[in-house]
Amino acid sequence: MKVQNILATKGSKVHTVLPDLPIREATALMVQHNIGALVIVDAAGALVGILSERDIVRAVARNQDVGEPVSRLMTRTVIAGSLQDDLSAVMRTMTEKRFRHLPVVDHGQLVGMVSIGDLVKAQLAQYQGEIETLVTQITQGGSQP
Amino acid sequence: MTTQPGTAEHPLRVAIIGSGPAAFYAAEHLLKQPDLTVTVDMFDRLPTPFGLVRGGVAPDHQKIKTVTKAFDGIAANPRFRFFGNVEFGLHVTLDDLRQYYHQILYATGAQTDRRMGIPGEDLTGSHPATEFVAWYNGHPDYRGHVFDLSQERAAVVGVGNVAIDVARILCRTPEELLKTDIAEHAFEALRHSRIKEVYLLGRRGPVQAAFTNPEVKEVGEMAGADVLVRADEVQLDPLSEAALAASDDRTLRKKVEILQGYALRKPDGKDRRLHIRFLVSPVELISDAQGRVARMKLVRNVLVASDTGSLNAKATDQFEELEVGLVFRSVGYRGVALAGVPFHERWGVILNDKGRVLDPDSKQPLAGQYTAGWIKRGPSGVIGTNKPDSVETVMAMLEDLAKGQVLAPSQPEAAAAEALVRARQPLSVSYAEWKRLDELELQRGQTAGRPRLKFTSVPDMLSALGKTPVPTP
Repeated sequence: MKVQNILATKGSKVHTVLPDLPIREATALMVQHNIGALVIVDAAGALVGILSERDIVRAVARNQDVGEPVSRLMTRTVIAGSLQDDLSAVMRTMTEKRFRHLPVVDHGQLVGMVSIGDLVKAQLAQYQGEIETLVTQITQGGSQP
Repeated sequence: MTTQPGTAEHPLRVAIIGSGPAAFYAAEHLLKQPDLTVTVDMFDRLPTPFGLVRGGVAPDHQKIKTVTKAFDGIAANPRFRFFGNVEFGLHVTLDDLRQYYHQILYATGAQTDRRMGIPGEDLTGSHPATEFVAWYNGHPDYRGHVFDLSQERAAVVGVGNVAIDVARILCRTPEELLKTDIAEHAFEALRHSRIKEVYLLGRRGPVQAAFTNPEVKEVGEMAGADVLVRADEVQLDPLSEAALAASDDRTLRKKVEILQGYALRKPDGKDRRLHIRFLVSPVELISDAQGRVARMKLVRNVLVASDTGSLNAKATDQFEELEVGLVFRSVGYRGVALAGVPFHERWGVILNDKGRVLDPDSKQPLAGQYTAGWIKRGPSGVIGTNKPDSVETVMAMLEDLAKGQVLAPSQPEAAAAEALVRARQPLSVSYAEWKRLDELELQRGQTAGRPRLKFTSVPDMLSALGKTPVPTP
C-alpha cells in the first residue's frame, strides 16, 4: 500500500494558507473544515511550514496574540512524503517522530496530505481484507489446491 | 413532487459498472440494508462476470477463485440483475444511465499496465504482463495474442503477485497445468514452450517485495523448475534490517527467511530454473538484427531512505547484461478512463472522496456518481481488501440518499432499464445465462479431466447460449 492509494480517495484537497495569515483566521479555517493541520505555502506555492493543532495549543498556553501571523507559530522543518512512499514506513516514522500530518509532494508540487488517522484506517482495511479473503477461502473453499 | 427512493414502491435504483470483487461487495452491502429497498443492475462488457477473479487470478490458484461462490449468493437476490456483454460508453452511456438510475457506481478496476519508460520497451518480444495473464486466463480480447515461447530465456520485471504468477506459469510442467483451468490455447502453447531460464527482477530488496509468503513458498515446490536466489541479494542492508526489526512483522521476517533459504539450496537439476533477483532495474532492452529483444541492460541499485523512512531504489554505476528473448513488465497497473467520467491521468484512478466521484476542477462531489475498487484507490491489496473499500463507498451513497442528493431519473422502473439494454444490445447475457455457461465450462472440464474448460471467445459463448447475432438488413 502506497501513499498514493490513500490520497486517491481523499480527493487530494489540501488546505493551504500564506505565512502572513493571522493565527485567528487560521484557526477559524481549521474549525470550518474540521481539519487538524494547515499547510503554509509562500506566494510561489512552495511549502514553507505546517500549522497543527498542537502549535495552537502551545500558543494558547502562552497567551500568544492571535492577531500575529501564522509564520510566528508554524513548524518550519516539515517532513514531506512522496506518492510512492510505503504505508508501513510512513506509519512507523510518524509514530517515532510524533507528528500526525504528512504533506505529500510530487514533482515539487504539494498534491495532498495524509493524517495518521488516514494511515490507521488504510492499515485496518488492509487487515480486514486479508481476514475476509481467508474466511472466504475457509468457508467456500473446496479440497482443491 | 418527488418521493425519496428506497421503498418497495420506489426502490433506490443503482447501476454498477464492472462485475469484479469491488462491484459484488458493493452490491452485497447495498442489498443488505435493512430499511431500504435497493435494486442493483450490474453491467460488464464481457458476457462473463467476476473481473480479475476470472481473468487475473492465476489458473493454478483455484482455491482463491472459490470466492465466486459468495458472489453467486449475492447474485441470487431477486433485486439483483446482471447485464453481461453490455459495454459502458458503447451500448449504454452515462447520459442514458442518468435517465434510469438514482446512483451509478464505477468499479472497472485497473485494466492496463504502467510502462517502464526505458529504450527498447516496445521491441518485439516485450509485453505487458497483464496481456500474458489475460491470454492464459482466456480473456476474449487476448486469445489471439502470440507470445514467442520458442525463446529459452525470459525476464519478468517486478516482484508483485502478478509478476510471480507469470514467472510460475512459465515454469509449470504440462502435467501441472492440466490440473488448472488455464485456457486451452495457452495450455497448447505452454506445452511446447522451450523456456529454460526465467528471471524475476525486483528493483528493491526482499523486505520491500510485494509478493506474499504463500507465493514465495510455492515457487520452491515446482515440479519442473529449480528456484535460484543470490545470497548477496537477500543479505539485508542495514536500513532494511532496521525497518524489519522496528516493524516486528513476523510474516515479513518469514518471507526473508524463505528467500535466504533458497539462496542456500543446491539446484536439483530440473529442466527449468527460476532466478529471483533483487536490487536491479532494467535500463534498456537491446534488439537483435531482426528487431527482437535479445538482451536486457540492468543497473544495480542500492536502497536509500526517504524523509518518511520509505526505502527507495537508487541506481549505482554498476551495470550488467542479461540475455533474454522474452520480457514481461509488471511494474504497476492503472485504470482506463470511462467516457464522460472524470479521470486522473497521472494516477490512473477516478479521484474521489471516500468513493464520491469528484469534479476535477471544483474538487466537489458529482451528484449520484461513485467509485470502488482499484479504479477508486489504485491497485493494492488482496481480493478481500475490496470489501471495506466498497463498504466505505456504499456508506457515502447512503448518506447522500438520506440528504436527498441523488440523480433524478425520468424512468426509474426496472423494466424500463431492461428495455433500454435489450434495444441497445439484444445479445446481453443475464446471470442465469452466465450460470449456464459456467455449468457448460465445468462439464467440458470434467470431460477433459480439468477443473474447468473456459469459453474464450464471445461468439462461442453466445452460440453456446443459443444466442445468434441479429442479421443486419
